[in-house]
Amino acid sequence: MGKTITEKIFEAHLRDEPFPGTMVLDLDRVLCHEITTPVAIADLAWRGKDRVFDSTKIKAVIDHVTPSKDSKTATQAKMLRDWARRHGIRDFFDVGHNGVCHALFPEKGYIRPGFTVIMGDSHTCTHGAFGAFAAGVGTTDLEVGILKGVCAFRTPKTIRVDLVGQLPEGVYAKDVILYVIGHLGVNGATDRVIEFRGSVVDEFSMEARMTLCNMAIEAGGTCGICMPDMTTVDYLWPFIAGEYASREAALEQYRQWCSDEDAVYEKVLQFDVSTLEPQVTFGYKPDCVKPVAEMAGTPVDQIYIGTCTNGRIEDLRVAAAILKGKKIADSVRGIVSPATPKIFNDALQEGIIQIFMDSGFCVTNPTCGACLGMSNGVLAEGEVAASTSNRNFNGRMGKGGMVHLMSPATAAATALTGVITDPRQA
Amino acid sequence: MNGKKVFEGPAIFLDRSDINTDEIIPAKYLTEVTKEALQPYMLEDLKLEGFDPKGDKLRNARVVVSRENFGCGSSREHAPWVFEVNGVHTIIAESYARIFRQNMFNGGMLAIELPKADLDRLFDLEKKGEVTISVDLKSQTITAATAVTTEAFSFEISPFDKALVEAGGWVEFADARY
Repeated sequence: MGKTITEKIFEAHLRDEPFPGTMVLDLDRVLCHEITTPVAIADLAWRGKDRVFDSTKIKAVIDHVTPSKDSKTATQAKMLRDWARRHGIRDFFDVGHNGVCHALFPEKGYIRPGFTVIMGDSHTCTHGAFGAFAAGVGTTDLEVGILKGVCAFRTPKTIRVDLVGQLPEGVYAKDVILYVIGHLGVNGATDRVIEFRGSVVDEFSMEARMTLCNMAIEAGGTCGICMPDMTTVDYLWPFIAGEYASREAALEQYRQWCSDEDAVYEKVLQFDVSTLEPQVTFGYKPDCVKPVAEMAGTPVDQIYIGTCTNGRIEDLRVAAAILKGKKIADSVRGIVSPATPKIFNDALQEGIIQIFMDSGFCVTNPTCGACLGMSNGVLAEGEVAASTSNRNFNGRMGKGGMVHLMSPATAAATALTGVITDPRQA
Repeated sequence: MNGKKVFEGPAIFLDRSDINTDEIIPAKYLTEVTKEALQPYMLEDLKLEGFDPKGDKLRNARVVVSRENFGCGSSREHAPWVFEVNGVHTIIAESYARIFRQNMFNGGMLAIELPKADLDRLFDLEKKGEVTISVDLKSQTITAATAVTTEAFSFEISPFDKALVEAGGWVEFADARY
């Protein structure tokens, strides 16, 4: 009987099976940010266990609130910074070098096919785009990961989602994942891995695959995962060139992780995206999804382009192409946060930053920013945001605020009119 | 850091599915670096008819009863912690988001799943008055009592989750074993 990619990764990393159905895995990466890690650091110190299992496998970044906005966030940043120094964690990213964790760590080449990855952040599932098993965890799991390099999971079950057909003009990975979540529901994949397959995924860039995997958690999924292929190798090549004789050799090794043809899935779903329209959320759950056409004309107050879902260079290019030479509506505020310094710099070189600024957008430093209402860009009571982020919970971007999730193209089109707008009309 | 955990006491009933981590503890309080500092903010943003986040009913509760997909959203362990520092060590629901459920057990607390029919019985019981719930982990039974009636329920728990509760949490379990 064949195995899924996740089953292969679990088998290769199995440290212990303390009880039937519970698998304790060795970890290749423990990723940290300043919101959920300082509590783990404090608790480890309190327990007399201020140690790390392997400083080369731990990577840390300050990204949720940066630069610090007040004494409390400055303390969180300081705790992470001091801890990274104390333990020789060299891959630590502070102001001037920092960006959104799920964009920054892949960009540095830290995530490889077949890896096990945890982080105290629910959108860690993003890293599954590389054919890694990557799961968001709480602070206690993170603490044990830091101390022992292990994490416990239930024996994995996989839902396979086949995406086939030809994606129409103006429709993007974000629209696909919103549509899939609308179908699965917010707990449709709880305790499951979502394996994204099919010709559409094969043709997607790594960035588009990250957008798909990023939102697996919004259907309850432990991880979203894609098969490693030549696109994966090409993305990683600057980091792995010294390890392999050729790209083909790297691909051959990475392919060992791919699901077998006769792997067993709990469920296989197929979506033909050929007639898919741009999607947008309504209400306060990420599975409340409609075609943009049905929500067109809904007024918004703020546009937010950025986040771990859609703050990558491809996303900024798409939005800038729509904004070029135009002004955003007087009734809205536009905010764009390139997800990493590299993305910011690429956008600068390509003239994208200029386009955003000319259109009336405020460009911020790389940060999680407005997405979760803890930093800049918070909404006032009763205000509505059009956002490329991943979560639309009631009050998410500020108490009494409402968030509509959409693609960067739809967000840009909406910025120009001040009302939710189909990007194909822009 | 943890006081003695008691899996019994007055219950509060939150009759809605998909209660998320932003409703349990809004992100703006994640700037705190101690569990104790979270204490005043439990379920602050939950909007539910008849529910008052500042009311006695929530303050006195030691058990929370809810519906499907409880704790969905963020990985923030602040969500279980805000319950813990308010003396709520037991949640009973039809299902949980994975990370929230694991966070509960990792902290030595209980996230018990009951089938819908059993939960309906529990919610019916609430209509008869204050409900006090006690959990016996050994026999895997729940006793729910009002002034006039008592009902019993049995539940399943994975051996691993049970071991975590008995060990006082995942850090103690893992440090002893790995």
